[in-house]
Amino acid sequence: MAKSSIKIRAKVKKDEAKVKCLISHPMETGLRKNKKTGKLIPAHFIQEVVCEHGGKTVMNAQWGGTISKNPFLSFAFTGAKSGDAIKISWVDNTGKSDSTEAKMK
Amino acid sequence: MNQNRRVLLKGTFAAGATGIAISAGLLTPKAVLAAWPKAAFEAKDTNAALEASMGSSSATESGDIKLKAPDIAENGAVVPITVTSKIANTEAISIIVAKNGTPLAATFNLGATTKGFVSTRIKMGKTSDVTAVVKAGGKLYSTSKNVKVTIGGCGG
Repeated sequence: MAKSSIKIRAKVKKDEAKVKCLISHPMETGLRKNKKTGKLIPAHFIQEVVCEHGGKTVMNAQWGGTISKNPFLSFAFTGAKSGDAIKISWVDNTGKSDSTEAKMK
Repeated sequence: MNQNRRVLLKGTFAAGATGIAISAGLLTPKAVLAAWPKAAFEAKDTNAALEASMGSSSATESGDIKLKAPDIAENGAVVPITVTSKIANTEAISIIVAKNGTPLAATFNLGATTKGFVSTRIKMGKTSDVTAVVKAGGKLYSTSKNVKVTIGGCGG
């Protein structure tokens, strides 16, 4: 696959993992107008982000068009070890999706 | 005796097959999409949005939730929001912007080991109250903060 749209930085301190991730996505609400043509730009935003660690879903986020363009997301969970794999995937309202795996530091 | 063994074998096979089906189903994007609460995100006022996403609109004010947001957001298109909940067994966190066209910005469903902490960036059309709603033990708790917006982030 081409370069992934998701960047993940995850750090483990003691037992707690802090995950930061950046997704590149236009996040159109569907309410904005194209200035030249005056037509509405169709909605195009991420609806669901799922994060898995060790086969378990640690976080499942449901988003609307209110989330900023190129969304940033950060959260924390316990029970992680350094070197564990973490998987983040998203699905948008047009049915497109992407997922990435990363190792935690 | 033989008969019993056969039944047992059949049982294990069936269970194994459903297990695989469920895990495969969970991973396909379609199954994920189906869970997205359309009504909640299309709701035009705060109470309706809460009702649709959290199952109730009566939230108690709580000092155990910390909502970190700027006092004045220069650019409404990118407003950093951080919610920290100290309430035990926090199951879900929702971020609501009262004066946006569709108030519900996001709902985060947290797993059993996940801490009550999320941080993200949202768009705001104009100066408004931002509310963090936390679901814990079937009850809702909330904290609000007014954020002034100098340039709206929802128009063209």
